[in-house]
Amino acid sequence: MITIDSLSKRYGGNTVVNDISFTARPGRVTGFLGPNGAGKSTSMRMMVGLTTPSEGTATISGRRFADLPNPGREVGVMLDASAQHAGRTGREILTVAQQIMDVPASRVAEMLELVSLTPAEADRRVGSYSLGMRQRLGIAAALIGDPSVLILDEPANGLDPAGIRWMRDLLREYADHGGTVLLSSHLLAEIEIVADDIVMIGQGRIVCHGSKAELLQAAGTVVRAADVAALQAALADAGIAATVADDGSLRTDADIAHVGRAAYDGGVALTELRKAESGGLEEMFLELTADTQRDQHPDHAERTAA
Amino acid sequence: MTATTVDLGHTADVDRRTTYAPIPLRRVVRVELRKMFDTRAGFWLIASIGITGLIATIATVAFAPDQDLTYYTFAKAIGFPITVILPMIALLSITSEWSQRSGLTTFTYVSSRSRVVWAKTLSSVAVAIASMVFAFAIGAVGNVVGSRIAGIDTVWDVSVGHALSIVLGNLTCLLTGTMLGMLLRSSAGGLVTYFVITLLVPTMSGLLAASQSWYEDVQPWVDLNFAQSFLFEGMHTAAQWAHVASTVGLWIVLPGMLGLRWVMRSEVK
Repeated sequence: MITIDSLSKRYGGNTVVNDISFTARPGRVTGFLGPNGAGKSTSMRMMVGLTTPSEGTATISGRRFADLPNPGREVGVMLDASAQHAGRTGREILTVAQQIMDVPASRVAEMLELVSLTPAEADRRVGSYSLGMRQRLGIAAALIGDPSVLILDEPANGLDPAGIRWMRDLLREYADHGGTVLLSSHLLAEIEIVADDIVMIGQGRIVCHGSKAELLQAAGTVVRAADVAALQAALADAGIAATVADDGSLRTDADIAHVGRAAYDGGVALTELRKAESGGLEEMFLELTADTQRDQHPDHAERTAA
Repeated sequence: MTATTVDLGHTADVDRRTTYAPIPLRRVVRVELRKMFDTRAGFWLIASIGITGLIATIATVAFAPDQDLTYYTFAKAIGFPITVILPMIALLSITSEWSQRSGLTTFTYVSSRSRVVWAKTLSSVAVAIASMVFAFAIGAVGNVVGSRIAGIDTVWDVSVGHALSIVLGNLTCLLTGTMLGMLLRSSAGGLVTYFVITLLVPTMSGLLAASQSWYEDVQPWVDLNFAQSFLFEGMHTAAQWAHVASTVGLWIVLPGMLGLRWVMRSEVK
């Protein structure tokens, strides 16, 4: 379990992470989603003590990272797969981890097999690895201490589609055995495939947070009629708040059955009634991050307001 | 690379509440020592101590005039490259965590950075002591063989006290590297600064002392290289010990403490 409580980071007057709180629960894969520069990596570094928070706390299974006696046994961390001494072999990097954590030497070979690095590849220097191989090695290093929590920053970067699928299965299995996984990505598709829970962050703030199922549902309904005013009135009568989009359709958080009933009761002939885009999270991702930008830059409100 | 089978072997249990034993310092030292050897650059840097030691011994036997063929000549010849290489080893062991960014994992295995730096310092000292034992041994062999070849008596002109002060001198050189590593946390910047300090500053200081009489009195108290020369050449007076203490405090301990503070506070990215 990872508990983040009111975590903030400021550099001078610039707030990079702004009062974020959330929990990554055991048995679930939590996706930390946000555009580049949203504060994901800074937040993750604060969780593992590499960056000192300006305010707030982060705990792993109830303890601060700095208080863990042998952190590698409790938290597997991969913040940047490329951040390894290029002159060490993959096997040596795992051996260093194995020795410092004091786990059996056999774990090195087990982990290499788990991430499908061949013995020949393991004996090559990391400087010659592709990004995908480095990601696999990084995941092996994170798992070698058999931790119950994983913190992975952009682990799918550089993996081919088969690699992403492999990682999804690996993390799914890990979470199904009770592990806690927090992984970040700036690509919604990756998160949508892997995560159970989603924490979306933009401009250092959490813009939404919930289970993937809830968030997908929250994407709401798109409804359209020839007579927009009549439709608006019918929805208002039913107590449904809706906004008019650029294309003349109405959008609402209400579910599709509720909207259909309201239109029927109001006697409005619909030309379209559907759930908001199938890639609803994508829309929300763009919309929510745009919202945050609007909040922080009032000057641009006119340009970005739909 | 494309296999998709998943077998986690041991896996996390929901309510695992194992308390793990803290990582003992000797384990951190052992791992840091390993990390000094396990890259090609690191391996050859340490191997170069042996190689230059061997070359220096052979060169002394071949080229030193007979009357200079004493143990001290060997010790000086073998010791010089060591005093240059050891600080580089100490410096790189620290700076590579930042320059190669491996600190991103190192400090998530051992979260106390002062502990990691302490372990690195101890392992550098271990390498230094092993190097000097090697240097004294190969120097002794060179001295015996050299004097036999020249057909002269073998001269042992380094006392145990002098040998220990040479070891101490080497450790002050080494710790200069440790200090710079912590202070700069950059391999390139650290090495450049190290060479400026060891090559340029002593010359400037010497020139200043020759031209300014007020500085001539101050020099032994503030010129680290000058004070180190006492250690290498053999200590004679209490004043010299005071000079060593003053310069080491000024140029190693104080900046080292500042560097340690920065190491603890800096962000590891």
